[in-house]
Amino acid sequence: MLTTLLLIPIVTAAALFLGFGNRTWAKGSALLQLALTLALWFRYNQAKAGYQFVFETNPLFPGVDLRYSVGVDGLSLVMLLLTALVTVTAVWFLPNLEKRANLFDGSVLLISAGATGAFLAKDLFFFYAFHELALVPTFLLIGLWGTGERQAAAWKITIYLGVGSIVLLAGLVDLLMALPVSSRTFDLQALQQLGAAHMIPAAAQIRPWFLLTIGFGILISLFPFHSWAAPAYASAPTPVAMLHSGVLKKFGLYGMVRLVLPFLPDAFHQPVWGSYTAQDLLLVALLGNILYVGLVTISQRKLDFMIGYSSVMHMGYIFLGLASLNLAGLSGACLLMFAHGLSVAALFAVSGTIRDHEGSLRFDRLGGASKSVPFLGICFAMAAFASIGLPGFANFASETMVFFGGFSPGATSFQKTATILALWGVVISAVYMLRAYKAVFLGQPTATSAKWTDLAGSARFALALLPLTLLLGGVFPRYFLGYLKPTLEAALR
Amino acid sequence: MFPPISLEILVLALGFILLLAESFSNSTNKRGLAHIAIFCLGWIFAISFFTASAPATLAPGSYWNFYSGDGVSLVFKRIALLTTIAVLVLALDYESTLAKLLPSAHKGAGTGEFYILPLFTCTGLMLMASAVDLVMAFAALELVTISFYVLVAYARRSHASLEAGVKYLILGALSTGFIVYGITWIFGLTGETHFTKVAEKLAHLRGDDTAILFAFLLVLVGLGFKVAAVPFQSWVPDVYEGAPTPVTAFLSVGSKAASFLLFLRVLEPFLGVESILPKVLQVLAIVAGATLIFGNLAALPQNSLKRLLAYSSIGHAGYLLTAIACIGAGGSLLLGVGTTVGYYLFAYMLMTLLAFAVLTLVSVNSKGEEIQHFNGLSKRSPFLAFAMVVAMSSLAGVPLTAGFYGKFLVFAQIIQAHQWGLLALGVITVGAGFYYYFRVVAAMYWHDPLETTPITVAPLSKITISLLIASIFYFGINPNPVLSALRTSAPSVAAAAH
Repeated sequence: MLTTLLLIPIVTAAALFLGFGNRTWAKGSALLQLALTLALWFRYNQAKAGYQFVFETNPLFPGVDLRYSVGVDGLSLVMLLLTALVTVTAVWFLPNLEKRANLFDGSVLLISAGATGAFLAKDLFFFYAFHELALVPTFLLIGLWGTGERQAAAWKITIYLGVGSIVLLAGLVDLLMALPVSSRTFDLQALQQLGAAHMIPAAAQIRPWFLLTIGFGILISLFPFHSWAAPAYASAPTPVAMLHSGVLKKFGLYGMVRLVLPFLPDAFHQPVWGSYTAQDLLLVALLGNILYVGLVTISQRKLDFMIGYSSVMHMGYIFLGLASLNLAGLSGACLLMFAHGLSVAALFAVSGTIRDHEGSLRFDRLGGASKSVPFLGICFAMAAFASIGLPGFANFASETMVFFGGFSPGATSFQKTATILALWGVVISAVYMLRAYKAVFLGQPTATSAKWTDLAGSARFALALLPLTLLLGGVFPRYFLGYLKPTLEAALR
Repeated sequence: MFPPISLEILVLALGFILLLAESFSNSTNKRGLAHIAIFCLGWIFAISFFTASAPATLAPGSYWNFYSGDGVSLVFKRIALLTTIAVLVLALDYESTLAKLLPSAHKGAGTGEFYILPLFTCTGLMLMASAVDLVMAFAALELVTISFYVLVAYARRSHASLEAGVKYLILGALSTGFIVYGITWIFGLTGETHFTKVAEKLAHLRGDDTAILFAFLLVLVGLGFKVAAVPFQSWVPDVYEGAPTPVTAFLSVGSKAASFLLFLRVLEPFLGVESILPKVLQVLAIVAGATLIFGNLAALPQNSLKRLLAYSSIGHAGYLLTAIACIGAGGSLLLGVGTTVGYYLFAYMLMTLLAFAVLTLVSVNSKGEEIQHFNGLSKRSPFLAFAMVVAMSSLAGVPLTAGFYGKFLVFAQIIQAHQWGLLALGVITVGAGFYYYFRVVAAMYWHDPLETTPITVAPLSKITISLLIASIFYFGINPNPVLSALRTSAPSVAAAAH
């Protein structure tokens, strides 16, 4: 069942590369993926928790517990749902190309397949492998069909992520080395149980912690490893920006929750520099994301760069939730991964559509668009408000939990200070999001913006899917948290 | 079940028969010879699965004690056979270019030996894989090297090819001198030439550390030339660039694989000498680090794809040497060093042959081997462009391709041995690799073609390329067949691998 979910986009992509089929196939594949994900979502037995729908082969290495194995638990289901939703929207926002459209569509599906594979892998090796598989199509798409400094951006993202992945690989191997020989395994489920048993002495946790945090940090665009993200997203074709910032970037955070928190919890409290602990270091880095990158976001003059930087900034909140090391903060972080993925994908979808109309996304060239494209305006507004953290959207619920996590009774004074500083990030988001909305949609229509045509037909449904799910998550956060809770409790044990 | 030596005998016999047939045939079309050779090598490859592994015995009166038909050597024999088959397929594609570079009256004349010499090289490679005696190893190595002297300089009207031939001859002869001198020292110290006996004697020598180290260094220099380790790499870019493309592929895959196995086998006796072990490992780590950084960084500015692949070949030698330099660490996370090196070379064979197969076809159709000749290849031949993407991704180490498991195993060795300096170099060089390999991908997909003529691919090449792509993906997901074959019976290499 899970392998089928993975094969849908891969087989469709292969068919498209070989010259069969057309855009309808890509759309069909995305819808099928969503349908299957929803089936999994509702058939998942919450009472039992843990990994379900497991399928695994024999070991692929002689004498080593490394195998192709897939399975989902609550956390991976939430991420799979995010992947499927964003993929559907992304496929409806594929550009109209005269030539080599199949190459484009197939590559987009491959990115989605990479994310799907990473989230449903139950084996550490395949978890890593599927994510990096998405690197090649991303490189091709940004360089071929991007805008602006597209080739420079493609190089930057590829080399950054390539190096990040190899640091991550070193970290993963180092983590396995730290375990006793007899219990070394690549199986995430077995690893989860090992993590609960606290097998690694505190002093030995620091080195793998650094390797993993830097490796994942590069993939997530943690400050100061963030400089690849915004230019890449700004230049990338719309579906690529949506999938990468919305879904693929969550891989690193997912990995932090799956590996760093259960295995190396003591590393957070180890002093690494004077009396400052690793946790303090992480807090400084994430404040860099929230405050420094936040200010950088305010100063952007173009919509696509602004959304790109805002996406980098919001990674700071998710890290804040992770660094709190308690259930409230972690639940908030995971729900925020889901919510942020949806909101940023919706923002990129709207900005991409405007770029197709106007050719430029400079704020001083835009204005008054809500008259000609009211539907886009509403979707943008909802996604922007969600992104700021307005009550009613999933982002609000999750950010609240993140902040509560930061003020929990066990929090250090440094952590509390950091949380107070991070709160200002909400104000920063409000400033740039509202300014962007005003610059693009309010005011006097420009000569060109009055002639834009709004989305029609099925594209409306595809776009509306994202903000509506955000509303659902904002009104019933408990519904999603029910899926997340058992995994996260296990991770913190 | 056949004895392992039957493989060498069959290939050798095939070579002689074809040579005779070539000299008596009137036809100017020699392509038939290559087809026969490919067909027969295919059968010999099949036979290799029905040979009983027969490790060398030291029983008195045993004639075959210099030849080991163990499981690892069988894997390397298969690598040699597959490489030779692929090289012959490439040679067929290359015929039209080669014919222009030969001083012959009519088209096709003089190309016959080009298809037959690789068979003798192949015999040498297979014997090298089985050599457990210094004399045997040296004889096999010379068979390989001498047939390469001819092959490298085969395109007689090309200055580049002649220049490459002279460079390869002089430096090859020099390295041979070092190896012979090293062998002499080892013999002088121990009075033995068989690896096992040498190891026994060396382990019990006392007070002769300098002499042992000197012998080790001589062998290291000699074999360093063969595997293209820094600082003995200077011949590689020029020879690779000048030699006919199929020969370059053969050099970079076949010669390297057999030399690395020999290197491991020669190294083993020295690792048994505890008093010099730290120094040996230190020298290896320095050579490995230098090779890693030089190969990968020098590849960055290359514009000729052949030169780029030459430097990348040095870079890959660096990863292999790095794994070998980590040999001293006890315990094993995944698999031993011997298995790591064996698997890496197998993956390297698949991806390098694929890259050269595409390069041959593109160069024949484009009058050049620069990266710019790959511009817009995705429009001229989507099939070849896709094949090149697979080859480059695998060389760069993207997961789910065969090349990734190789890098994964090497990094596991590095971390296990706590070689943090080498780890840092490894991270930098993998990053560099992403750049220079993806440059080719960028050229093929991002840029417009210089010429627009579509490239037609002959059926045999199409089959070969498709098989290589399929194997890269298959072994990128399930490396077990190769790893088990390497692990099951590996008396000498497994001993070096613990």
